[in-house]
Amino acid sequence: MSSAGDGVSSAGDGVSSAGHLLEVSGLSAGYGIVEVLFGVDLVVDPGEVVVVLGANGAGKTTTLRAISGMISAAGQINFLGESVLGRRPDQLVKRGIAHVPQGRGTVTSLTVEENLRVGAFVRSDDEIESDIEHWFEAFPRLGERRDQLAGSMSGGEQQMLAISRALMSRPKLLLLDEPSLGLAPLVTHEVFDRLRVITESTGTAVLLVEQNANLALDFAARAYVLEAGRIVISGDAAELQGDAGIQKAYLGV
Amino acid sequence: MRDFLQILLVGIGDGAVYAMLGLGLVVIYRSTGLLNFAQGEMAMFSTFIVWTMWSLGLPMWLAILGGMAGGFCVGALVHQVAVRPVGDPHEKPLAVVIVTIGLFLGLNGAAQLIWGTLDRSMPPLFGRGQVTVFGVAVAWQKIGAVIALGVMVLLFYLLFQHTKLGLAMRAVASNSESASLVGIPVPRLLMLGWGLAAAVGTVAGVFIAPNLGLGTNLMQLTLIFGFAAITLGGFDSLVGAVVGGFVVGALSSVMPRYITIFEKMPLAPAFILILAVLLFRPEGLFGKKQVSRV
Repeated sequence: MSSAGDGVSSAGDGVSSAGHLLEVSGLSAGYGIVEVLFGVDLVVDPGEVVVVLGANGAGKTTTLRAISGMISAAGQINFLGESVLGRRPDQLVKRGIAHVPQGRGTVTSLTVEENLRVGAFVRSDDEIESDIEHWFEAFPRLGERRDQLAGSMSGGEQQMLAISRALMSRPKLLLLDEPSLGLAPLVTHEVFDRLRVITESTGTAVLLVEQNANLALDFAARAYVLEAGRIVISGDAAELQGDAGIQKAYLGV
Repeated sequence: MRDFLQILLVGIGDGAVYAMLGLGLVVIYRSTGLLNFAQGEMAMFSTFIVWTMWSLGLPMWLAILGGMAGGFCVGALVHQVAVRPVGDPHEKPLAVVIVTIGLFLGLNGAAQLIWGTLDRSMPPLFGRGQVTVFGVAVAWQKIGAVIALGVMVLLFYLLFQHTKLGLAMRAVASNSESASLVGIPVPRLLMLGWGLAAAVGTVAGVFIAPNLGLGTNLMQLTLIFGFAAITLGGFDSLVGAVVGGFVVGALSSVMPRYITIFEKMPLAPAFILILAVLLFRPEGLFGKKQVSRV
């Protein structure tokens, strides 16, 4: 299956080919003695929306955690052509990787506005205030609750807050871990509608991990299917969605 | 009545010192989410640094600044060497709290090795004079303690509520994983929190040492009052530490005077207060109730 127009083939030689924003090859990671990933390869191009699908326990979350430096990993992770393996999460934020972890991870004892402000920790430009206002306009419900503690908001609102907080660092790549988790279907659709608008307007690349395959394939341009720590399928999201065999075998829909 | 006022004012003066120690505890709590049982010993240690500089001939104010800087380094070092290697306080809160108890013993032992077991005398920063207000005598030293406390509260308030650094420290205390995911260098900020708490403790030590005599047990009772103060005020509230400190100081001064049983048990009012607050209002007077919706 074709990958989306990168032009240059990287024949697994580990040399970062021009154009890829993120290039992961041979990534292995786990927790203690439990190995979860066994040589994952994937790429994300600038501005591209890519989804990693897979069942519970396939290693989706672990993949994101390894990329953002939350857990140690082996293999290669190149971001903007430089190796970032072994970097701490806060160092990666400076380089342009923002991670919205599963379960959202808003700072519940800070107000909504303080959450956004802390999201701009790595920035020192003078557009922070206007960015905060921008997100309050994009998500009016956050604006109405700007002085409220983040922990007192509903799940959907917290997810919107977590996403806009991550975008406050003006990342080049947004790692999103199951934004639909624990949300009602209607709210999930709203979150994805917003995400589509945001990625189109900011040009931020997204690496999304999701169990809700149909929703994710609608949103993404390309997809990988992870099974037991290995990538088993990759291709255009539309193709995957149209392939009944794949749908049945891997996506359970 | 005058007698009562006199005792009350003495208590409030003591309370300012309890509040300072409480401030250090609140600062650690707000930046790491932990109670630091070594807070008093860190303060004792840095007060000895002040004493050493003063006895070497430095003017008192310079010695205090030096002691605060020294205390900051002790606090930061303690974090780097003893606390950080144990692990993330959010993942292993109990392990880290036990480390602070170990630090309590370790710092006490280190101070005995360096400065010996004899009590040293330290002059009061504001002299031994007093001023009479409405027929009640108040020592300048106590007035000075209240002013110093006010200045410190103001500085910490500005730090936590109006600076990027303070906001980052609060984020780390609440959710260190999220904090690192927005780019905050968590270990460095924890180190800063420990350093600041120890520096504040220095000031508490400087005010209390002239009364009690500077020995390695300087802070052991005072810390209990400090804990009582922040329990009453709320673990995460700077204002709470101040109000709590004053109330604890006043109660500990007034109650033994009128209820004879407390004469033999000077700590009892503080303990009763801790118990009562935990029973009836666990978040304290000014503490934030833990709110979370899942």
